[in-house]
Amino acid sequence: MAKAHVKMTVNGKEVESLVEPRTLLIHYLREHLNLTGPHIGCDTTHCGACTIDMDGKSVKSCTVFTVQAEGASITTIEGMANPDGSLHALQEGFRIMHGLQCGFCTPGMIMRAHRLLQEIPNPSEDQIRFGIAGNLCRCTGYQNIVKAIQYAAAKLRGETFAEAAE
Amino acid sequence: MIPGPFSYHRPKSISEATGLLADLGEQSRVLAGGQSLIPMMKLRLAAPEHLIDIGAIAELKGVQRKGSTLVIGATTTQHELQQSKVATDAAPILLEASLLIADPQVRYVGTLGGNVANGDPGNDMPAVMMCLDATYRLTGSGGSRSVKARDFYQGTYVTALKPGEIVTAIEMPVPPAGHGWAYEKLKRKIGDYATAAAGAVLTVSRGKVATCTIALSNLSDTAVLATDAAKAVIGTALEKPAVEAAMKAARAVMSPASDTRGTSDYRIHVGGIMVERALKKAFSRAKG
Ligand SMILES: Cc1cc2nc3c(=O)[nH]c(=O)nc-3n(C[C@H](O)[C@H](O)[C@H](O)COP(=O)(O)OP(=O)(O)OC[C@H]3O[C@@H](n4cnc5c(N)ncnc54)[C@H](O)[C@@H]3O)c2cc1C
Ligand code: FES
Ligand code: FES
Repeated sequence: MAKAHVKMTVNGKEVESLVEPRTLLIHYLREHLNLTGPHIGCDTTHCGACTIDMDGKSVKSCTVFTVQAEGASITTIEGMANPDGSLHALQEGFRIMHGLQCGFCTPGMIMRAHRLLQEIPNPSEDQIRFGIAGNLCRCTGYQNIVKAIQYAAAKLRGETFAEAAE
Repeated sequence: MIPGPFSYHRPKSISEATGLLADLGEQSRVLAGGQSLIPMMKLRLAAPEHLIDIGAIAELKGVQRKGSTLVIGATTTQHELQQSKVATDAAPILLEASLLIADPQVRYVGTLGGNVANGDPGNDMPAVMMCLDATYRLTGSGGSRSVKARDFYQGTYVTALKPGEIVTAIEMPVPPAGHGWAYEKLKRKIGDYATAAAGAVLTVSRGKVATCTIALSNLSDTAVLATDAAKAVIGTALEKPAVEAAMKAARAVMSPASDTRGTSDYRIHVGGIMVERALKKAFSRAKG
């Protein structure tokens, strides 16, 4: 099959490649661009570990062809830290609130939470739980993940989150 | 999992897309949001040689109200539908059902056109479209035609869509002001397809049901309109015997398979309960 030419912006950098049309975006990110932050958990569109931000949408990159991302602007977990290298509020929240144990789901959780907080800067607990329904965590449980997101939401609003991790 | 190889086409107009479908023939397939097709291709249950991505066709996007008709472009995503006040004010059942589909990531890219064209009885929008008496606009290289949602579904993955045709828009009459609506879906977990689901749209006059439509998802090999169930509640205030008659009539048209979501008997049992809940909620929301 003829390869297709694709051009997109990933974490602020323009990238260009020739790919087979059937190349899934997750494979392109991990194997062509060496961005191994997005994980393959289920490979069946259920777990959300592969979630990235694409043109302002949270997308499961295991269920998008790279060619569909032509011209898109993509952010992965690798693009989340602040320019000075300090942690993004969400990354900090997950660390301080113990929002991870093995960390496998975390890149997807953070990318999904990132978009959620752009859309709803002050979400209720219910809105957070509904908003991350496409992301599964098999070890931490969701209590501290919700708190990590609440922590980040408060910080991004210039407030402090008073609760402690469970 | 890696899908089989294919060549990729990204037309910019409906005529270019239908031209490609006509030229490339049976081995070509439309790609919309990809949230049903890509998983099937990864499992190699589908292996098209050509994918026609309709995602870049501007004329397939957007929601418009033209008088008493709502027109929704086929590639409008669930997320865009939820954000459209024009759509959700006119027919709030669209919002209620859309929020029960899959999860946020799938809804950002999954389209209404893909949901209704897919032909999987587990899709939720076909039943909603039957309740609203929607019409699908189908276009092929030879021209356009319209098919009612109620006439579109013929079997699992078998629809009235002919090779070479695409769904370009979904049109529906705006339900009367003060109508009641509900979409009730039982699922094992958030993001799952329905174990059983029912939609109801009704109007009430002087405390009694004046008009009513009921449709069912994932309770047969296609979505089904439960005509006799709806008839059973007309002229009633949903008193117990009327609701029981509706549940019985709805159960009579259910024939779900026994699968991981439950035995056929169980799904028929809970299917009746979904009808009861949808009717009661729709009635409580109706004015008149
Ligand atoms: C984890 C998960 C959970 C899900 N849960 C639900 C659920 O609870 N309820 C539900 O309803 N759906 C569910 N879905 C399916 C989802 O809603 C899909 O988005 C939808 O079924 C198909 O829409 P799409 O735009 O993604 O279409 P695609 O996957 O691109 O296409 C699906 C099929 O329709 C055809 N097609 C698409 N658009 C057109 C068109 N305009 N004209 C002609 N043919 C067309 C394609 O050729 C293909 O055969 C789920 C999906 C996943 C991955
Ligand atoms: S790997 Fe993509 S959803 Fe699980
Ligand atoms: S931290 Fe292990 S899966 Fe979430």
